[in-house]
Amino acid sequence: MTWLKNIAKAFLTPREDLSTVMFLSAREILNPYWVQIFQLACIVAISALGLNLIYGFTGLFSLGHAAFYGVGAYTAALLTKLYIGAYGDEAVFATGAIFVGSLLAGGVAAALLACLVGLPTLRLTSDYLGIATLGFGVIMKVLFDNADSFLPQLGGARGMTGIARLTGIAWAVAGLVAAILVIRNLVHSTYGRALVAIREDEVAAAAMGIDTFRYKLIGFTAGCAFAGVAGGLYAHLYTFLHPSTFDFLKSFDVLMIVVLGGLGNMTGTLVASFAWVFLLEGMRVALPPEYIEFRWVLIPLLLIVTMLVRPRGLFGVREFPFLRSRVYR
Amino acid sequence: MILEVQRLTRHFGGIKALDGVDLRLGRGELAGIIGPNGSGKTTLFNVITGIYRPDRGAVSLEGGEITGLPPDEISRRGVARTFQNIRLFRELTVVDNVRIAHHPHVRYGPAAALLRTGAFYREERRTREEAEEFLSIFSLRDRGKELAKNLPYGDQRKLEIARALASRPKILLLDEPAAGMNPSEVGTLMEFILRIRERFSLTVLLIEHQMRLVMGICERLVVMDFGQVIAHGRPAEIRKDPKVIAAYLGKRDDTTAKEGQA
Repeated sequence: MTWLKNIAKAFLTPREDLSTVMFLSAREILNPYWVQIFQLACIVAISALGLNLIYGFTGLFSLGHAAFYGVGAYTAALLTKLYIGAYGDEAVFATGAIFVGSLLAGGVAAALLACLVGLPTLRLTSDYLGIATLGFGVIMKVLFDNADSFLPQLGGARGMTGIARLTGIAWAVAGLVAAILVIRNLVHSTYGRALVAIREDEVAAAAMGIDTFRYKLIGFTAGCAFAGVAGGLYAHLYTFLHPSTFDFLKSFDVLMIVVLGGLGNMTGTLVASFAWVFLLEGMRVALPPEYIEFRWVLIPLLLIVTMLVRPRGLFGVREFPFLRSRVYR
Repeated sequence: MILEVQRLTRHFGGIKALDGVDLRLGRGELAGIIGPNGSGKTTLFNVITGIYRPDRGAVSLEGGEITGLPPDEISRRGVARTFQNIRLFRELTVVDNVRIAHHPHVRYGPAAALLRTGAFYREERRTREEAEEFLSIFSLRDRGKELAKNLPYGDQRKLEIARALASRPKILLLDEPAAGMNPSEVGTLMEFILRIRERFSLTVLLIEHQMRLVMGICERLVVMDFGQVIAHGRPAEIRKDPKVIAAYLGKRDDTTAKEGQA
């Protein structure tokens, strides 16, 4: 991982050989605060790619994405906290492996819960999944709020503290690259085509021999697993978790990113995730402090304008070259 | 017998959409179902293909019972269909529409897809080439990269048949394949149906209102009305059957005639 660290270091150190304007802007932009925001954008993008798999590619309307994100965050945070609490600094060399393991565990936990929600509802039409996931989001928020009553380490409504800061820029970028590769390869295969076929016409997909219930469950579960992994990265970036971060209203943020980027368009999801995170933070800097809540006036306006100008998402059906299907030219 | 339907019954609330329908189809046969709107023809297709479960009765394919199986299972056993109101995967390309039908026969697992192994590339190439062959039967090969929704209406109907064929069926059910086609298009469609039956040694059952097509290519006809089979036989016999004429044109009835005058 040293080479990744070196890259990160090179990225962080101001470069003397840049032209004056570039140099100034680089100094201005590339401070630790913005690097942290960049990592957050990567994490949000992983989560949004997961929802795009669910809603954009498979056509399942889910309103509980933030809850699955939260499940992953709490699971991963609890695991590393228990590990570091038990071994302290003695086993510091294995921390990387434990971190990856806990991220995966967060993804698995989110996937298992997704299975639990999906099994009874995915036999029905898509609307029922929307309602069920909305309810699930509310339930999970209540659970997070009261988690300290059965596991004091989780902190409950006061929030969870004492999480190691393990997420760095290398992890965030590596996680995002992995998510992009997995989803791209899945989507451009017979399995991905089966998911899109279900979105396009479930009856016709079944008539073509596709087990629609099974594939809906797979699409939903896989998408939620990405939310879980993203949640784990988030927990170890900010080292503090609060239930309000995983409120069901936060699910709409991800939903807006996916819709803005265009359903079933990975390029759009990526760009929209970064735009969303940087816009929110940028306005925090640009707007005078007393007007900071105006963000929630400007963002919806921007959304409305974008949907009017580009109703099919930012990029329509176009994708970055590396996201296209190379098999069929 | 490749397909056997016995005393099939299906209610929707108080309406008997199917009321004890019997139907037998021999291997390689080309049969048609006709009947007025709402007589239960499409419901029969929907029950055979597993979209609806029957209340009573049985469907068997090559002697094995398929009643009540899920539609994807019935499709994998060799029953393919097209739909009255075209159901294409509109946002997929034409070639991918046909490739979807290959899904149950693709020989690589999810892991191979994620790692993009040699098997993955081989199979992707094979399914694409096979899909293109099916398209060329319908002279759609040049439009492979277009989105299905951008095809003209007639080509969409053809694509739906191509997609059904690609699922390698033993029996093909066509629900109003000529709907909305002009006379010359109907002519080519008739040739197509005959040709694909020959080439893929298919059994074909079709629902159609265009008498030219039905009388022109079907070897046997089944006439339905109010969920029941009211007649069956060769087209020439059906044409003269008084029950069929009554179902289509109405019976001479003095009471309704008087009401009509009043």
